[in-house]
Amino acid sequence: MIRWSAALLALLTGLLLACRSALAPPTAHPSPTPTTTVSGEVVVFAAASLTDAFKEIGAAFSATHPGTTVTFNFGASSQLRAQLEQGARADVFASADQAQMERAQQAGLLAEPPRVFARNRLVIAVPRDNPGGVQTLRDLARPGLRLVTAAPEVPIGVYTQQLLDRAAQDPAYGPDFPARVGANIVSREPNVRQVVAKVALGEADAAIVYQTDLTPDLADKVRPVALPEALTLIATYPIALLRQAPNPTAGAAFIAFVLGPDGQTILQHWGFLPAGDTPTRALRGPLPRPDRGPGG
Amino acid sequence: MADRGHLVPSRPARPRPAPALAPPTSAPRNRSLVTIVRAVGRSGALVPLLLSAGLFAVLVLAPVVAIVARVLLTGDLLAVLGRPVVIAALRLSLLTTTLSLGLTLLLGTPVAYLLARYRFPGRTLLDSLIDLPIVLPPAVAGLGLLMAFGRRGLFGPALEALGLTLSFTTAAVVVAQTFVAAPFYVRAARAAFLAVDQELERVAHTLGVSAWATFWRVTVPVALPGLVSGALMSWARALGEFGATIMVAGSFPGRTQTMPLAIYAALESDLEAALALAALLVLVSLGLLGGLRRVTGPLGERADA
Repeated sequence: MIRWSAALLALLTGLLLACRSALAPPTAHPSPTPTTTVSGEVVVFAAASLTDAFKEIGAAFSATHPGTTVTFNFGASSQLRAQLEQGARADVFASADQAQMERAQQAGLLAEPPRVFARNRLVIAVPRDNPGGVQTLRDLARPGLRLVTAAPEVPIGVYTQQLLDRAAQDPAYGPDFPARVGANIVSREPNVRQVVAKVALGEADAAIVYQTDLTPDLADKVRPVALPEALTLIATYPIALLRQAPNPTAGAAFIAFVLGPDGQTILQHWGFLPAGDTPTRALRGPLPRPDRGPGG
Repeated sequence: MADRGHLVPSRPARPRPAPALAPPTSAPRNRSLVTIVRAVGRSGALVPLLLSAGLFAVLVLAPVVAIVARVLLTGDLLAVLGRPVVIAALRLSLLTTTLSLGLTLLLGTPVAYLLARYRFPGRTLLDSLIDLPIVLPPAVAGLGLLMAFGRRGLFGPALEALGLTLSFTTAAVVVAQTFVAAPFYVRAARAAFLAVDQELERVAHTLGVSAWATFWRVTVPVALPGLVSGALMSWARALGEFGATIMVAGSFPGRTQTMPLAIYAALESDLEAALALAALLVLVSLGLLGGLRRVTGPLGERADA
């Protein structure tokens, strides 16, 4: 369906462009600099955790680039990557982890090397009244607690597993810590926003999510419980122009906008860490490549 | 009690013939094909009709053919079907649909009989209510079930006090399936009961057979084809249930991740497994259609005779 709607959108964009060029008085010489030729629709496939920040960035981009509209498809980065592999048309892909971007690159979907535009911190989310009494990471292993996470391929699912595996190396948690936490998982949701929603509904006692998912809208339903400093894990968000982009100029302009001061300000307003920032306990070296996860 | 009969229009024992499913024999079909071909030869009037029929056939067949072709061409179906995720989904779907079908028969049969035989205040309301889950979007059903039986739902605290939690359990899958699928059975069962000649029941009654025994030994056997086809339709709907399930039961392999949910989850991680499960569901659906023809076919012929 996405392919169809993308095709339809491309068609409409084409018609729109044709109309525009027919109606608009021709400029003397259309200069090749992006600022003058950027127009039409930009289709952006973005990680679910970017929903609020990117919507605001999209509006700001359209405001500063008249004649452009930004259309988003938010979902689990792994799902978006799968959709792109199956032929979905988009201009830009913004992933919540390097692994999905690397897979997109290996599949030949990218027009350029990806660039990191933001980072994110993980937190434990609990319902406002914290029915599970979760105070620390260790509490997640308490029998009977109801945890939700995302599918093993979804970035937040991968990060959660990495965090648990890292805790397992600490004798305070013990090597069976991931298994004990895993035994409390009652659902593997399609993306991180669904995970947060289940906590907000009070159906789950806790979940590990990005700190940016605890948006002001959810403040009366969900609150964060900090993870131990020693185990802090920083999520990395890469962005890239897609090879099959129907509107590469506008796509590139959008990426520049995200990486530029305006985009960065909005991202940080929504709680993202700057791309260049290396917090004290950032990952040393490349991420350990996750295996295919418990699901296989 | 004896005047109950006049309330119900006595119909020939023919639950709606399903035109798409059951042409009684192949002979008339061939004849109609010949007629169509001749008609096309004579006038071009049928060309647009045939064209749209062809487009419709392509629309319906293309996805099915694509799945089967992809599985046959690229994968070792049996090897993929042996993967733990696939096995878990298969087992869970089998278990939950069996339970939801049982629940549907248990709860739906009395309702269908009530609607077919009795007139009472609120009957029209109940009649419409039966159809509600059919027209209600599954996502709405899922959200509604969560709001009703979730931990913070209307009845959640009461359930929790009893030590019961619905959300994220296999029971939630069964409830979601029953909610969306039961109406298909109740509708069919009501029609089947309506079609039973009440003279038979009255004769049994005058012979001193109890109402209970009459129901089991007269009504049910006569209505059986309708009941079975309704149960099959309901089972198929439960097997395909997705929207309500993922909302109220979540998705966890072996516990709440039924075949459709496993297909959705595997799409981004293991396309082969998704295709294998899909191919299996295609086979099941085709088998089901065959089964439905078998059940409704002879009945249709009998009614025509």
